[in-house]
Amino acid sequence: MALEDKYKALTDAATAAGITDLAVREQDGILYIDGTAADGATKDHLWEVYNEIDPNFTSGDLVLNVNVSIDAAVTHAKVITQSSNLNIRKGPGTDQPIVGKAAHDEIITLVNRSNDLWWLVRTKDGEEGYCYAQYLEAQA
Amino acid sequence: MKTTKFLMSMVIATTLFFVGCKPKDADLQAAIQAKEAAGITVAVAKGDVTLTGEVADDAAKVKAEEIAKAEKGVKSVINSLTIEQEKPVVIAEDPILTKNVADATKDFPTVKAEVKDGVVLLTGEIKKASLITLMQHLSALKPKKIDNKLTVK
Repeated sequence: MALEDKYKALTDAATAAGITDLAVREQDGILYIDGTAADGATKDHLWEVYNEIDPNFTSGDLVLNVNVSIDAAVTHAKVITQSSNLNIRKGPGTDQPIVGKAAHDEIITLVNRSNDLWWLVRTKDGEEGYCYAQYLEAQA
Repeated sequence: MKTTKFLMSMVIATTLFFVGCKPKDADLQAAIQAKEAAGITVAVAKGDVTLTGEVADDAAKVKAEEIAKAEKGVKSVINSLTIEQEKPVVIAEDPILTKNVADATKDFPTVKAEVKDGVVLLTGEIKKASLITLMQHLSALKPKKIDNKLTVK
């Protein structure tokens, strides 16, 4: 229970932010917080709260897994790499050959999101393949 | 005549009794059901309310009972609600986690990541601005723990 106290500000923030399917569980001395955020800004806010409680995330006593919910109707995503191009690969994995690139801030078409980590996309040039989902932001 | 009148009044009284009682239970049931949270089933028999179903915690169980008791005409409340059992945390298997961690850390060349028994051990160094991004990526992979020994520059 001590861990729940330590991260109370975080779970309170998650509740206040309207995180859905929120689950807070402690197992073998580690706290697991899972849930779905309405948007990326809400998710980032929770990470800032986490960083305040545990600066630089060095304690290793929390796994914060908050995903951003995506409407099933969403068909496009923006490339949100820091500045570089995003690789498009033949299959879902960095061991797969690169078949194309999407530019930073480019809007690309979502073909299939059945894999949580790797989304199947298509660029406006017609290149099709898998991109790392963490570098894609669904467009409303 | 007297007997007929008496019988008539008995019939009316009996009818009123049933008419007055049966819909009351149904009305009570509907009124309470509308106020209770999803997942709670309300049953009413002669003013006695029975609550069944699953709720998240004790507080929700107590609240559900209070809602039922507050309804006018309720004689008693039998609280048979159960507390939902927490699902155990799912931890990714090492081979899957190892592959996913390799994918997630590929863009952080100064970071070395090792996976053992679900624990992701991070060594090397990282820029402070990139740390949150890396941690976000790794936390989505269902690790048991992220052991962060990175030097933050």
